[in-house]
Amino acid sequence: MNPRRTLMKGNEAIAEAAIQAGCDAYFGYPITPQAELLEWMARRMPELGRVFVQAESELGAINMALGAAATGARVLVSSSSPGISLMAEAMSYLAGSEVPLVLVNVMRGGPGLGSIGPSQSDYLQAVKGHGHGDYRTPVLAPASVAEAIELVPTAFELAERYRTPVIILADGIIGQAMEPVEERFRAPERAPADWAVGGADGRPPRVVKSLHLRNEDLDAHNRHLQEKFRTIAEREVRWAGEQLDDAELVVVAYGTAARVARTAIHRARGSGLRAGLFRPISLWPFPSHELAEIASRIQGILVVELSMGQLVEDVRLAVEGRVPIAFEGHAGGVVPTPGEVVDALERLAAATVPVPAGGSR
Amino acid sequence: MSTIDAPPRVIFESPALLADRSTHYCPGCGHGVVHRLVAEVLGELGLGPKTIAVAPVGCAVFIYDYLELDFIEAPHGRAPAVATGVRRVRPDAFVLTYQGDGDLAAIGTGEIVHAAARGEPITAVFVNNGVYGMTGGQMAPTTLLGQRTTSTPTGRQPALHGYPIPITEMLALLPGVAYAARGSVADAGSIGRTKAYLRRACEVQLARAGFAIVEVISNCPVGWGMTPLESIEHLRTVVAAAYPPGVLVDRLKEAPAARGGGAGRVEAPGERQRATGPAPAEG
Repeated sequence: MNPRRTLMKGNEAIAEAAIQAGCDAYFGYPITPQAELLEWMARRMPELGRVFVQAESELGAINMALGAAATGARVLVSSSSPGISLMAEAMSYLAGSEVPLVLVNVMRGGPGLGSIGPSQSDYLQAVKGHGHGDYRTPVLAPASVAEAIELVPTAFELAERYRTPVIILADGIIGQAMEPVEERFRAPERAPADWAVGGADGRPPRVVKSLHLRNEDLDAHNRHLQEKFRTIAEREVRWAGEQLDDAELVVVAYGTAARVARTAIHRARGSGLRAGLFRPISLWPFPSHELAEIASRIQGILVVELSMGQLVEDVRLAVEGRVPIAFEGHAGGVVPTPGEVVDALERLAAATVPVPAGGSR
Repeated sequence: MSTIDAPPRVIFESPALLADRSTHYCPGCGHGVVHRLVAEVLGELGLGPKTIAVAPVGCAVFIYDYLELDFIEAPHGRAPAVATGVRRVRPDAFVLTYQGDGDLAAIGTGEIVHAAARGEPITAVFVNNGVYGMTGGQMAPTTLLGQRTTSTPTGRQPALHGYPIPITEMLALLPGVAYAARGSVADAGSIGRTKAYLRRACEVQLARAGFAIVEVISNCPVGWGMTPLESIEHLRTVVAAAYPPGVLVDRLKEAPAARGGGAGRVEAPGERQRATGPAPAEG
């Protein structure tokens, strides 16, 4: 039997996907544009005899999550940009103490209180570690409600496999939009939590901590963490491509920006530009090798973001100057239109794509 | 030459839950006494194997090295939130937090107030020595007026630094708080009473009556610029006068069916209207 096809709002789809993935506990604090995720959990989790707590603040929420997750429970937390900033301290503790957890950021415009419009301006915060200290967090970026449903169980898997917090980075449109989805939910196997606290009954006490006061101990702990991050970077790269085989120009975009870019490359092809789309799904680890390989056989790259240019930094690092890189983006809740992206592709083509002998392009 | 006929009997024993290692605390510090009391009480109640404890940031950050319990290290001030998460997913566990005054009454004010307001069945141990010891003796929220610290070099003045916070009295007002008491480590008598308060705070959790907190006023010889003996005398007289030991509230005792109502139960705002209150909008 085919899975049921329903119309779901992104925030609610993420919540239900987490429930179906076996999420034991949810902790949150209201903030637009993710409030429906919290409300869905408020209704559904108690129905199932699971834990829902509306915390006193985002600090409260993420630290409740730390406590629950330290016992080996499968835990989800969600918020939006300003709330995510407040959670940075505990995320660093989670990374340092190697506690698995999934955090959803339904990004809104910044800096500061910004706006409640959709945005991708927390990219650098998410992929460069979020809180203090030397660490990385796997970051998964859905470009549709259906993909969000798919990535939630993957996020729990990564979190438990590598004992690390994982971020699902969505934007306000992914959170707010309603799209038809197939209810393809998945409950991943649970990794044994032989490190978790639960009472020292017949075994030596366990301590979930990030403090290593002797400098040599902290150095060793960081080497261990870096080894783990290298393994993740080798094994957990995710990306998708469209029309890349013959592409001369490639748009790099994720999330909602990739949806706009997809329309734009089809239009651009209609007017004779051989355009393709490269869409990172794991923002960390970034698909650097894959993008570099593609960059070696094209004329130029256009990065499209709902920000003033953050992903573009990782694209530059990956491409290492092989081809020119242009940028098109808006901030503050403004979404670039497909027309703007086509125009930007035209400009890039004029500057980079050689005109074939004896004819116009 | 006389012989001893009486069978040997134990007159002193280290609590099983107290690790056999020396602590990093300064000579004369009260934390060691409180650690021992916690170890004794948990041991006597047989709670060690089911305890999940939460350690603070501050002088007691290494408590997990001294008590033979499962521990989670919380970020500074967040122990009550961390403990809430544990409480909710581990209903059968015994959940204990241990915090100092800076951790609990300054940076963690929000977390302690709301854990208490929710009536989380958690036992909170709160050691109040009136300074930030770990960072060098700066002013804490509980620092007394006039007290010199490294960040109030001419003494704490209300106009500049505000007033000390009687946080345990504030918490005792909340209907979610089933038990609140203040003990002291100034002398054997007050240490004995503190142990009784701690035991009661554990029983209150076991009865799932609500949140329980025991503040323990303690000494910090180094932070106070005193010898250990001077600091004990100061604790017994000056500090105890400002933060008087005793039971602030015991709602389990006042009303055995505490959570369901009764004489000792404080009525929560809106409680009478609860049955007829507005429902959240649908849609």
